[in-house]
Amino acid sequence: MKRFGLISVPYLWLLALFLVPFLIVLKISLSDTALAIPPYTPTLDISQGWEGIKAWWIALDLENYFWLASDDLYWKAYLSSLKIAIISTILTLMVGYPIAYGMSRAPDEWRPTLMMLIILPFWTSFLIRVYSWKAILSNEGLLNQLLMYLGVIQEPLVILNTNIAVYIGIVYTYLPFMVLPIYSALERLDESLLEAAEDLGCSRLKAFWLVTMPLSKQGIIAGSFLVFIPAMGEFVIPALLGGSKTLMIGKVLWEEFFSNRDWPVASAVAVVLLLLLIIPIVLFQRNEEKQREAEK
Amino acid sequence: MSDAATAPVSVFAPWEDAQAKPLIQFQNVTKRWGDFTAIDDLSIDIYPEEFFALLGPSGCGKTTMMRMLAGFETPTEGKILIDGQDVARIPPNKRAVNMMFQSYALFPHLSVAENIAFGLKRDKQPKDKIEARVEEMLSLVQLNKFANRKPHQISGGQRQRVALARSLAKAPKLLLLDEPLGALDKKLRQDTQFELMDIQEKTGTTFVIVTHDQEEAMTVASRIAVMDHGKIIQVDTPSKIYEEPKSIYVADFIGDVNLIRGNVTKTSEGHASISWAEGQSELTGIARSEIEAGAVATLAVRPEKLSIYTSRPKDQTNVIKGKVLDIAYLGNMSTYVIETASGETIKAQVANTRRIQRRQITWEEKVWLSFTDTAGVVLNQ
Repeated sequence: MKRFGLISVPYLWLLALFLVPFLIVLKISLSDTALAIPPYTPTLDISQGWEGIKAWWIALDLENYFWLASDDLYWKAYLSSLKIAIISTILTLMVGYPIAYGMSRAPDEWRPTLMMLIILPFWTSFLIRVYSWKAILSNEGLLNQLLMYLGVIQEPLVILNTNIAVYIGIVYTYLPFMVLPIYSALERLDESLLEAAEDLGCSRLKAFWLVTMPLSKQGIIAGSFLVFIPAMGEFVIPALLGGSKTLMIGKVLWEEFFSNRDWPVASAVAVVLLLLLIIPIVLFQRNEEKQREAEK
Repeated sequence: MSDAATAPVSVFAPWEDAQAKPLIQFQNVTKRWGDFTAIDDLSIDIYPEEFFALLGPSGCGKTTMMRMLAGFETPTEGKILIDGQDVARIPPNKRAVNMMFQSYALFPHLSVAENIAFGLKRDKQPKDKIEARVEEMLSLVQLNKFANRKPHQISGGQRQRVALARSLAKAPKLLLLDEPLGALDKKLRQDTQFELMDIQEKTGTTFVIVTHDQEEAMTVASRIAVMDHGKIIQVDTPSKIYEEPKSIYVADFIGDVNLIRGNVTKTSEGHASISWAEGQSELTGIARSEIEAGAVATLAVRPEKLSIYTSRPKDQTNVIKGKVLDIAYLGNMSTYVIETASGETIKAQVANTRRIQRRQITWEEKVWLSFTDTAGVVLNQ
């Protein structure tokens, strides 16, 4: 009984903070828009009793989902988000892995400082940090000024309001989520394994590929999911740094909610996004389970 | 060298043969890290098929020597030759030297068989050849059944054998073993020591083992180098190290020993006598030529070389008088601690060959200790 009580705490937590809001969103996605507060119909009127519930239930339909499928804006936005999320995950991995590797090979007394430097950006508002990239990347921004001063370029580079700026923003923002899991995998790596690999005939590079990489695989996978999943639904970065051509589902969602005030369609977009993200999460967990089973 | 007719059993002792070609030569090797000198102008020859032990306390430089052989460190000064070739510029992966690591350093993501095959695959050997060699190694260490297990699925003793098989798979000229049995419990360690000797004999590989465990070195090695502060204090066979230590440090480091300090009264034909306490007769032991009369010297004698008597023994050269201070019964033997009139303590070890002694020696009893004049060694200060 005591054990049951203990286990029920996290489940109740999940129920209250995840499942209930999700069910509300799901319900809204099955409703129709209306000029009312809240801007959808039907609303559940329990004072009518059983009849009320029945009427409410009948009014729900999948119309919004058909709408999503029929308008190519939505699936284009999903695909575009997927593409941006995948590319920026790969970029973050390419930037993050060397950082994590360098940190794990740094002298012991340096590591807390390096760790601090990775975490430090979290101490300021995410919004301010993304905004400040505007000042760096704009046509008259710091980057262009510097490059023109150095004579590398004559005309300012157009970076802001393009997908490149979005990639830079995502890589910058989610870098710690990539670095930390890889670092924790690399930090556990026993130095003598690399010496053993060299002793058995590997060059340094080969030892890295055959020992370091496979042993940091778990960190790479975890880091990639931690970047990919939020990047997929990202709204602030494409809104601030991306141009009008940058199509991301997070932005579409926001516009449906606040510009069009079409809550039901926006909710349907959110539900589909969630379902899409469940696939990689399940794949990830299957992979972990397989790994564990193989180790048994 | 000994005559074949008078020596029917040939003893393995290439270090006594001027013609023998050493496999490893350290020539005035020094290794420094900043101000710290890990290896101090060290020269030593190690011969093919030797089981050579580097023995010393931690920080004596034995691990540094081994890492220089493997190629993980380079000497600051001097040369290391393997098979007559200077290895200073040869990286670890190009040396015909393999190492068994103290932590075993097995690759956790690879199975036992894949671990053993790791080095063979780097040589780009054909697949069937690699498989045959892995199979051979698995039988050598009796782990065929565990070929597909991962390192964390086998016991510590099995892991140790995988590490050995992996380091032997490439048939290196020289195998380095860094405290190979440190992580095993005592019983398993003893079994494994014999197994190691067996494998060394079977494969004919030269083994260099680093250890701080003197018993382990005594058991497995053909020769032992006792090290301290980056220098080799003495290199000899285990029995010579034990019976004929050349310095107090070596005598004291290996096994139990009584160190009796005194003045040399006379020397003759490889023996020296010292007077060491009032009321005690002089003690005689083996001495090398540099011991001179009048000098201060120390007689080192092992406790098991001493006999204990309840009355003054006749016709014995070395007699010490005292009373029993302590008795430790160890089962197979008993250790008696005897205190002399001048307050010095001497240990004597007696094997308990009978189940019940005819006459028990007890505390505070007056006893005499004695030993022959070849039992102890007189050493310089």
